[in-house]
Amino acid sequence: MQPTFSSSRILLPVRPWFIFFSLIAAVALNFLPTAHWPGMPDWVALVLCFWSVREFRRVGMGWAFVLGLLMDVADGSVLGQHCFAYVLLAYVSTSLSRRLLWFPLAQQALQVMPLLFGAQLIQALMRLAVGAEFPGWSYFIAPLIETLLWIPATFVLLLPQYRPVEQDPDRPI
Amino acid sequence: MAGIDHAPPPFFKRGPAPLALLTFYVAISLALFVVDLRFRSLDLLRQSIALLVDPVQRVAQTPGSLVDYAANYLQGMRELQHENSELKHAQLNTAPNLQRLLQLEAENERLRKLLAVKEREKANGQVAQILYTARDPFSRKVIVDKGQQSGIVAGQPAIDEAGVVGQVTRVFPFSAEITLITDKDQAVPVQIVRSGHRSVVFGLGNGQLELRYMPANADVQVGDILVTSGLDSVYLPGFPVAKVVNIERDSAYSFARIFCVPVAGVENFGEIMVLDPRQPLPPAPPESAGRGGDIGDKAGLRQKKKRAAKSN
Repeated sequence: MQPTFSSSRILLPVRPWFIFFSLIAAVALNFLPTAHWPGMPDWVALVLCFWSVREFRRVGMGWAFVLGLLMDVADGSVLGQHCFAYVLLAYVSTSLSRRLLWFPLAQQALQVMPLLFGAQLIQALMRLAVGAEFPGWSYFIAPLIETLLWIPATFVLLLPQYRPVEQDPDRPI
Repeated sequence: MAGIDHAPPPFFKRGPAPLALLTFYVAISLALFVVDLRFRSLDLLRQSIALLVDPVQRVAQTPGSLVDYAANYLQGMRELQHENSELKHAQLNTAPNLQRLLQLEAENERLRKLLAVKEREKANGQVAQILYTARDPFSRKVIVDKGQQSGIVAGQPAIDEAGVVGQVTRVFPFSAEITLITDKDQAVPVQIVRSGHRSVVFGLGNGQLELRYMPANADVQVGDILVTSGLDSVYLPGFPVAKVVNIERDSAYSFARIFCVPVAGVENFGEIMVLDPRQPLPPAPPESAGRGGDIGDKAGLRQKKKRAAKSN
């Protein structure tokens, strides 16, 4: 059988700069003008969740906190809003990571959905508690889209770690 | 499965327990949230982070502005000519009023001097380009391309060609955040042009405004124009703010519910003018001296607005 990105083939070790690059790219994607369209995913939440599942020793609550601070300032929201949601997201995905990766991708996405949804819900609750206007139900479409993006995100973010399918005996790696 | 790491897992050096870390970060986040919301004393932190984020944000905005530019470039000659002739027409229409404005202002000044009334403040300002809308879905704010470097300070009002757009609420080194008048509970002291009633108009957060504290039998009609009353240290008097679109009079409540839409293109992108801050108001009369002491302060401002509402 042809190994695919969803099968349990052995991966190369991750490169730290790629994790850093992907997180910064997610931040940049969040800054695009398209971010105002209803249902646009929160890329940072998705990528952060992915890396805290895959590489919980490298990406965790510290990264979540810093990225949350960046997003708070960039969004013009109250400081601490994204921080809180992202830190909780990173914590829960880290603690789920041992279990999550045993499942096929579609089921992984299904298990990740409540986490992403929770991150969005926490932010809404925090702001509603201090008297903001309800932003409308389209605000909660974003986590659903993020869930659907889990599979393509897994493919893209693991690309640098795949070994070639045909191995050259002279170059084993 | 997770990638096989070539380094062995750290057996002895594990750092703090996850739960301890979680508690630590959650505590900091909540502290930040409360301090930012209640005391608004984290502006320096915000400004320094904004300085880091700003270049990335501007780069991310370039594709959009390039598309805009291309669309403008490809716009037909005929459309441009049409627009040009319409603009000329509009200018000619307003010419009689505009040409006499200088003379009227001079006359007004002279008359005010004769009556020993304080002279009207002149409205000067600087044009700023709206860069993007803040992504926060809970508020209505835009970011403009002028900041501390151009001498913008928090509290300055912003207008466009039709009326009041909002107020500068935060200033960063190279940009400033303008809270639109449609933001929830953003208040503008206004006056109804037709009847001269004074009140305060509040944003509702859904693109509309509400004129509060008007008695159920108040003389307000659909189509009334509201202009700034100048009863605060922020807005100069006379700028159009909103137009009344819907009035609900219910005798069960002592106040009528009056809904308005902004006159200015509040949700549009484009250029706006950030007006210079007003000169400080004369000291408040003695009976309320304890309340109106600090003019620049937000709390003082809110009390002023309340007073303006009460005086009605």
